[in-house]
Amino acid sequence: MTLRRTLAVARKEVVQLSRDPRSLALGFLIPPFLLVFFGTAITFDVDDIRLAVWDADRTQTSSRLVDAFVASGYFRVVDRLERYPDTTHSLQSGEALAVLAIPRGFARDLAGGGPAPLQLLVDGSDANTATIAIGYARAIASAYSVRVVLAGREPTPAVVAASRVWYNPSLESRNMVLPGLVAVILSILAALLTALTIAREWERGTMEQLVSTPVTRVEIVAGKLLPYLAIGVLDVLLAVAIGRALFDVPFRGSLALLIAMTIVFLLAALGFGMFLSAALKSQVLATQFAMVATYLPALLLSGFIFAIGNMPRVLQLATYLFPARYYVTITKAVFLKGVGLEILWRQGLPLTGLAALAIAATVVAFRKEVE
Amino acid sequence: MAEADLGVHPSEPVIDADELTRRFGDFVAVDGLSFAVRSGEIFGFLGPNGAGKTTAIRMLIGLLEPSSGSARVAGHDVRREPDAVKRSIGYMSQLFSLYSDLTVRENLELFAGLYDLPADRREDRIRWALGTAGLEGRGDQLTATLPLGLKQRLALGSAVLHEPPVLFLDEPTSGVDPVARRTFWDLISDLAAAGTTVLVTTHYMEEAEHCHRLALMNRGRLVALDAPSALEASLHSPILEIRTNDPTRAAALLAGIEGIEDATMVGRSVHAMVADEPTARVRIAEVLEREGIDLRSVDRVRPTLEDVFVSVVRRSGGVVEG
Repeated sequence: MTLRRTLAVARKEVVQLSRDPRSLALGFLIPPFLLVFFGTAITFDVDDIRLAVWDADRTQTSSRLVDAFVASGYFRVVDRLERYPDTTHSLQSGEALAVLAIPRGFARDLAGGGPAPLQLLVDGSDANTATIAIGYARAIASAYSVRVVLAGREPTPAVVAASRVWYNPSLESRNMVLPGLVAVILSILAALLTALTIAREWERGTMEQLVSTPVTRVEIVAGKLLPYLAIGVLDVLLAVAIGRALFDVPFRGSLALLIAMTIVFLLAALGFGMFLSAALKSQVLATQFAMVATYLPALLLSGFIFAIGNMPRVLQLATYLFPARYYVTITKAVFLKGVGLEILWRQGLPLTGLAALAIAATVVAFRKEVE
Repeated sequence: MAEADLGVHPSEPVIDADELTRRFGDFVAVDGLSFAVRSGEIFGFLGPNGAGKTTAIRMLIGLLEPSSGSARVAGHDVRREPDAVKRSIGYMSQLFSLYSDLTVRENLELFAGLYDLPADRREDRIRWALGTAGLEGRGDQLTATLPLGLKQRLALGSAVLHEPPVLFLDEPTSGVDPVARRTFWDLISDLAAAGTTVLVTTHYMEEAEHCHRLALMNRGRLVALDAPSALEASLHSPILEIRTNDPTRAAALLAGIEGIEDATMVGRSVHAMVADEPTARVRIAEVLEREGIDLRSVDRVRPTLEDVFVSVVRRSGGVVEG
């Protein structure tokens, strides 16, 4: 392997990239765009829940309860229902996500010291939001009960749980979405970028000339990886800047560590795309495979949206195959926790293995023989 | 070119193929090909498409593994030392395969890098290649915008940037106009005169005349091998050129009659290879008159390579596949 030949391939690749608007857009425009777009759009926070109220009690107590819901900031009253059967319509049409039904005699029961039942009807078609809404409603109702019971006295609860949230104290989902998003976007893009490289040369016939020279397979693969590696690192630096400037996402860890880990991750992801390109020798096929093999796994199996710990065992094992899984953990950890290699070697090590595997597979699959 | 570059003793062949064979499944693309090319020789593979010329070249330069047989190029075994072979050769593939989205100079710089040219030789060689290709002052032009003739010369320039002792050219002039073709062959002659051994494939008969020796190939087999003039002289039967108003029908009719070994269309006339000239002239006139074809002239002509080719293929019992 000579440096001169490797750099000759890399330089050629850079010149070709610089004249190819599609690859340029894919490398430099799409990532920041997706980051800003999805960074704004994706939120796992549940607030502003649309609430319809059927208040059959019509007392000061009942309206105070409704006020408590509104005052919490999580609910917004969108409708006041006259008749109980209207609740069905409210939920079916989607006007309301939840209906609070206060039966006649609520104030009286409460004053009498007995249990005063309430009904909360929740649209369960979005289970996640429904669960959260129910949690909020329970908390509001119990806080209200406590106030009623203790009216006028100092509360002296038996057990006090003082919870404190680390790393993302305001529990803003944006803070966890953005670092993960960087990883997801880069996963998809990396494979797409390199899926074209080797196949394009076979399709255009330039490969035949290339492989008739003394250049080796390793030199071709290395020369082709280098420019994309640079693009990937630039994208991550851009993402850190965007995260801080536009989204106020903290960056607590070491930038050098993030870059080092990014390079290892990129070698795995870029290497996978290049493997497809070398093995399939067709730009269309390689691109489609790259999409299928990176898009959904990066989104669903990386721990970005669904916690890996909650997945069925088989899926949990499958996640170990995807570089995105490790990189999502790495970006979140470096951005939010500021941890170093003493923790992240657990991600770095398997990622290095995957990178070595992808590159070795590319070199093996890349037959210099012409057919 | 220094002798040390050859990798072989001057008396030994620079290219030496021994029973080279390549199968693709049941199809035998190249079948037991054996030949030797001397230093400084322009050696031609002549044959129709599908004759196995490209497959043979690809085996000789290490792009394709032979199914059996062996070959040495510049002293290196193509199977065991493909990397050494690649350092000793220049290659121009059938289709233009430089990078269209690079400029002329960028292409040359790329190949200078791939051939590991030392920095002090690089600039000289690139300037030489630009001159040879007739592209002085056009180094910054995008390769895609060059006319095909210039592209081919640039490809040749790139292929010999490292001054290889052996040059392989696979149909280098296909699709190029006759003037550009002649310029191209002048370049090849110059390279050979300077000591480069050239193996070139073609299906243009008139190009084959430029070669010192010719290997005629048909259906994967070598059917004749000699100097172009010797091949033409080897044809003992006289060739009659027959001009009529309907050469297609005339060729079909004449191919079947007694005393005519073969009749094929060459351009707008029919070339007939005959056993005995006076008898044949009478028979030809009779048959054409009976069929109402207007006979304009019958002349004895010097056999062309095409005649040789057709005759050799027929004698070897094969069919020319076009």
